[in-house]
Amino acid sequence: MSTWLRNNRLAALAALAFALISTAIGLVFFYAPVDEDGLNQKIFYFHVGIALTAYACFAWGGWKALRVLWKRDENADLESYVAIHQGVIFGALTLVTGSIWARYRWGHWWEWHEDQLVLFFVLFLFYAAYFMLRFSVPPGPRRVNLSAVYALFGVALVPVSILAIRLSQRFIHPVAFDRGGPNMAGSQFFAFCVSWAAMLVLAATLYHVELAGKRIDVRLRELREALR
Amino acid sequence: MTYLADVGTLARKDLLLELRARDTLPAMLLFVLSTLVIFHFVLPGDSSELAAAGLLWVAIVFTSLLGLSRAFAAEREQGVIDGLVLAPIDRSAIWLGKAISILVFLGLAEIVAVPAFAIFFRPVSGAMIAGIVLADLGIAAVGTLLAAMAAASRARELLLPLLFLPLAIPIVVGGVGASVTGDPARYVGFLGLYDALFAIICWASFEYVVTE
Repeated sequence: MSTWLRNNRLAALAALAFALISTAIGLVFFYAPVDEDGLNQKIFYFHVGIALTAYACFAWGGWKALRVLWKRDENADLESYVAIHQGVIFGALTLVTGSIWARYRWGHWWEWHEDQLVLFFVLFLFYAAYFMLRFSVPPGPRRVNLSAVYALFGVALVPVSILAIRLSQRFIHPVAFDRGGPNMAGSQFFAFCVSWAAMLVLAATLYHVELAGKRIDVRLRELREALR
Repeated sequence: MTYLADVGTLARKDLLLELRARDTLPAMLLFVLSTLVIFHFVLPGDSSELAAAGLLWVAIVFTSLLGLSRAFAAEREQGVIDGLVLAPIDRSAIWLGKAISILVFLGLAEIVAVPAFAIFFRPVSGAMIAGIVLADLGIAAVGTLLAAMAAASRARELLLPLLFLPLAIPIVVGGVGASVTGDPARYVGFLGLYDALFAIICWASFEYVVTE
């Protein structure tokens, strides 16, 4: 069993992601109670899960970037890039789901008073510039170094931006977690946790798929160089 | 002590070059004054004075961008950066020296721009000056490192604003907060925190930007 898992990690991850997402959808729509906001708060289960997953991807990318600079780990560069790529995809999804939620909650597609939306917009711009930087430097050690340093800046930028946006705006975003623990009913919290886990596993699956593809690309290029 | 002497030598080299060639500072001065004139026409007659204070920060950020895009121009055109990397000095001294010269340029541009702003628009408070000084430190620290990155890329000057503006957003938040709110202390403190955090990161990571 364990060797099968090791050989088919991608397939197992994909199956787990599918099962978790199906369970999460079932739980969110049929198990978690509808609270006073009405049906529109259902998107919240996915929105927050996706946002936290995007953070996890950025953190993973930052960790791999640190490994690049610290241990000179050659594989870590590609891993850092793929993690940030997944983070940007989930970040864009956060913006879209957040916008939809803002439309139904406040009647506008964009709400400057919603801290998370503004923060994700800033992060989206920052990490979009990461790709601009990465692809305007020729492949090689210089690209590895510059990408890693910029990814590390992202790790510092996230808490600084959270603080900045909190300072700059009055706080009207409903607080899902405060110091007293989760601010929702137990069944809602359970549905949220399953949906968050589903998003994390989905991100991990996509990460491994993209990484496998990128590694084949690199290997192919090396073989072509060797044949020339 | 040799570290500080290296930094001083590098900063003096940049300032001396500027004194002889005069290609960055006059451009920054003219740019910031023309933006102030543009702001006069941008602001409708009944808009609040607070809006003008916010626009001063737009002027500061873009003027600094103008100076930063030229920061490594001489090094790149003459291939000096390789020489500096090969020199027996700590690589972070290159960053610190360049950041100091950028800070001086920015400070000189603001010595003209801030009084001009006070004459054209509204008086400037002490907290605003403190905010500007701390913001300059942050801009010089982060901007110098990003300018070195942009200089190493193919896109060069095109890339710098894209890299710099997302990182400058917290500086703008702190600066505008210090200029317009009734409680500037927390915003000034935030700017100090930003400066300290990013100066440490830039100082530690500059070596990787210029070496392979």
